[in-house]
Amino acid sequence: MAMAALWTGMVVLSFAFGLVNGKMDAVSAAALEGASSAIQLCLSMAGVLCLWSGVMEIMNRCGMSAKLARAFRPLLQRLLPNACRDDATLSAVSANVSANLLGLGNAATPLGIQAARRMARGQDGVASDELCLLVVLNTASIQLIPATIASVRAAAGAASPFDIVPAVWLASVLSVTAGLTAAKILARFSRRIS
Amino acid sequence: MSPSAMLVPGLLAATAIIALWRRVDVYGALTAGAGEGLTILLRIAPALVGLLTAVAMFRASGAMDWLSGLCAPLLERLGIPADLMPLMLIRPISGSGALAVGSEIMKTSGPDSYAGRVAAVMLGSTETTFYTIAVYFGAAGITRTRHTIPAALTADLMGFVGSALAVRIFFGS
Repeated sequence: MAMAALWTGMVVLSFAFGLVNGKMDAVSAAALEGASSAIQLCLSMAGVLCLWSGVMEIMNRCGMSAKLARAFRPLLQRLLPNACRDDATLSAVSANVSANLLGLGNAATPLGIQAARRMARGQDGVASDELCLLVVLNTASIQLIPATIASVRAAAGAASPFDIVPAVWLASVLSVTAGLTAAKILARFSRRIS
Repeated sequence: MSPSAMLVPGLLAATAIIALWRRVDVYGALTAGAGEGLTILLRIAPALVGLLTAVAMFRASGAMDWLSGLCAPLLERLGIPADLMPLMLIRPISGSGALAVGSEIMKTSGPDSYAGRVAAVMLGSTETTFYTIAVYFGAAGITRTRHTIPAALTADLMGFVGSALAVRIFFGS
């Protein structure tokens, strides 16, 4: 429903601004161009996106996600000490983080949900501090190879679509750190007032 | 030869060799994954048709400029071009919407311009926050989300400011 409101809002605002600014001709042309540019974008993204999805699949079959999951275990045990006492939760969380790193969104979400359900048991619908941390971690995930973004850059004619990768890593690390720090601080605060 | 020119061929060669060494069917895995990529694309294509239509109308009507102008002075102080305001607004709400707005920015400003690069880094370093929160807490049966939303939005905000910072560090402004 949120998307319905967003889309309607954009279209209605465009109509209103077009009317007030006397740009209705341009708005009308843009609507048709926008629709066909969506398909052009998909076509020009397709090659790069499919290639990297293929590379990710190779890495996955090489056991890279399992290896990454193992590497993250100690860190996650420190971040979520209570939840990770349960072995099934620990392995779901670490598999979730490694799938996110490899950009395997389809695999990451079910694993994360599995962990979240285990962590939510017996909490009467109230999110624990650690469950909040897990969700924040997933709303700010880091990708090793941001394939979708590179394919959009390639579609737009970038000279070297992957040159932004180090910048993406830096920005992701800053973002995740800020999110986790905020969650830790706010958890202390919300405990004090309740 | 720039070091980033090595990245793609190097990664392809290294992955193939490691996979062969581990007796993985390299070509089979590649084509299976590529098929998966096509499925993803097929799933986002209808959303992109709807959203790029709306975004193009929004820009042509002058509404985009109005929205960008709202916070321009504040954004410029953070080194974020005002054109990126619509992207930051839609990013936490809709993944394909952000992709539509971001690709529009890359097209109009140029993918290798400062604004185009910051848009790409923003897309790569943040997630569809509200969607993720809804999916996780919905599935886990959580109704009191406590401090999750403010903390996740802090991460997004830092991701936006950090994107501009990272692009300045790696490419200059």
